[in-house]
Amino acid sequence: MKKLVVLSLGVVFAMSQSNAQKIKGSETVLPITQKAAELYIKSNPKSNVSVTGGGSGVGIAALIGGSTDIAQASRKMKFDERQKIQQSGNTVKEVIIAYDALAVIINPGNKVTNLTREQVEGIFTGKIKNWKEVGGEDMKVVPYSRETSSGTYEFFKESVLKNKNPMSGIMSMPANGAIIQSVKQTKGAIAYVGLAYVNKDVKAVHISYDKGKTFVEPSVKNAINKTYPIVRPLYFYYLKRHEAKVKAFVDYILSPAGQQIVGDVGYVTVK
Amino acid sequence: MFRKISNIIVKQLLTFSGAITGIAILFISIFLFKEGLGLFKSPAIEEGYALFVNSKNIVDNLTAKEIKEVFDSEITNWHELGGEDIEIRIFRIDEIFQHYSDEELGEDYQFLPEKLAEVIREDESIVAFVPVEFAPAQHVGVKELMVDNITFSDYFAGKEWLPTATPAPLFGTLPMFLGTLLVSLVAILFALPLGLGVAIYLSELAQERIRKFLKPIIELLAGIPSVVYGFFGLVVLAPLVQKTFNLPVGETALTGSLILAIMALPTIISVAEDAMRNTPRAMREASLALGATHWQTIYKVVIPYAKSGISAAVVLGIGRAIGETMAVLMVTGNAALIPTSLFDPIRTIPATIAAELGEAPTGGAHYQALFLLGCVLFLITMVISITAEMISKKKNYKDM
Repeated sequence: MKKLVVLSLGVVFAMSQSNAQKIKGSETVLPITQKAAELYIKSNPKSNVSVTGGGSGVGIAALIGGSTDIAQASRKMKFDERQKIQQSGNTVKEVIIAYDALAVIINPGNKVTNLTREQVEGIFTGKIKNWKEVGGEDMKVVPYSRETSSGTYEFFKESVLKNKNPMSGIMSMPANGAIIQSVKQTKGAIAYVGLAYVNKDVKAVHISYDKGKTFVEPSVKNAINKTYPIVRPLYFYYLKRHEAKVKAFVDYILSPAGQQIVGDVGYVTVK
Repeated sequence: MFRKISNIIVKQLLTFSGAITGIAILFISIFLFKEGLGLFKSPAIEEGYALFVNSKNIVDNLTAKEIKEVFDSEITNWHELGGEDIEIRIFRIDEIFQHYSDEELGEDYQFLPEKLAEVIREDESIVAFVPVEFAPAQHVGVKELMVDNITFSDYFAGKEWLPTATPAPLFGTLPMFLGTLLVSLVAILFALPLGLGVAIYLSELAQERIRKFLKPIIELLAGIPSVVYGFFGLVVLAPLVQKTFNLPVGETALTGSLILAIMALPTIISVAEDAMRNTPRAMREASLALGATHWQTIYKVVIPYAKSGISAAVVLGIGRAIGETMAVLMVTGNAALIPTSLFDPIRTIPATIAAELGEAPTGGAHYQALFLLGCVLFLITMVISITAEMISKKKNYKDM
């Protein structure tokens, strides 16, 4: 028994000696870091990377509280979060590891293909109620939103709704999968998801940010050449004094092999 | 001797575990209410922030709703708020970084208040939303807008739930309260006749063999995780409801009620059936001996005798429906609207807590608002279980 205790203590000690690092935060970034961590551990068997989700806000809170080494986020760190880190005498480093395009999706049975940003704003703030107002059939518009805690919601609100609140009483779904399911089975539906989640059950709308002059299809190609407007950076945040510890993994994600993963899971590479 | 000691030890252990449970329950309720009631001490504007205007502006205070409408560009002119006829310009802290470089603001942002004051002084139409820490309060030409604390009626009678709206979140819980009651009551209306029917069949009509086979299966229904019910509801029931009633959306109060009814059925069936089977053999035989038919015995003797058990089944079923979280989160659409019909999407109290508590900053107004929702739910279920207790204690033979 005693032997076992000593042994397990030894194992714990050895593990804390190797460069164990914890990554926590956005569900959107999760597929990238999970895959990257898997391959990274394979090529560096001594290292130990653990990845958990929870949402951008949770990740950053954990970074402030010191329970994670890297916070992954699908939105920029807020002013007061940065402030809290500075108060504790630390400086935070920000690294953009990938980009994600947000697609506005509708039911495949809907004939509308183009929408301007102003029209999307009108729909989500409740000013446009029928598809015929934007060139579709005479059918009620049913907008679906994400829960207010999601980073995707925050980015959509900031970029597309220009910081306005969606109409009160909008339907909000707990996950990207549920959004896809609802849009698939509701004829008048409209919603937004990360490009990586778009599949053949839903139709992605072409979006215009210049009041209808050019409509751009949401695709990885258009996100890379910067013609598609609703693109957000995905971030890693870590404390400067932990830089030595996390550097290897961050460099791995930014390396060609890491960016290959980014492309494979459906996001847009940094370079 | 040994036996005596072990008896004493067991007795002490039992008392101790009872005390622990009691203390735990007390502690949880105190914690719940302490966190929840803190909400009414928080200002209606986001914690740690303040609103500033030019000192020439004659508007002095705004309500949370007015602030929200200003920042949503629904109110665009100061005269709508009792001010002069100029268009409102909204200013958020992040904009300052577009006007000034990091060097100009200082390393620890020590010059930030000064620069903010400069911006506000220059523009009579401005309303600036800035952190209190950098508030340009002492500077000339700047005035802080007064904002009241969140009130009781804002919370319980408010119709809008926008907990992460900046600068002024809105915590109106009336839609959720009504949504929860509607969905649960309708669920009971579906589940009760069906559940009672099955209970009567199982206890009175079914052959022993069939009963032995059916009862465990029905009780197994109670063991299915609610997420599975939720997924079934989203994929199967929602499209069905949508097609049958030709609705624009399938996620409605009705869909939620149907799922909850299915989930409440096992509870209702097994409690009601137990109550009916407890009818003494002597009573049934007396009834039959007086010439009553089998059916007359059921509704004149068995059901009146089991009345208290049946009521308890109903109340337990309602309790199950009101507290259910995951399934309704998935099928009711979660729209915080006051329901006007069964075909509207609704949002329930447990679903709101489950969906939002994870990312509400600890100790903030949103967090407290969710805890208070927990208190409301706690009170509702407490009333229900006290009612259930009272009903099942009462043995009523008068009607027989």
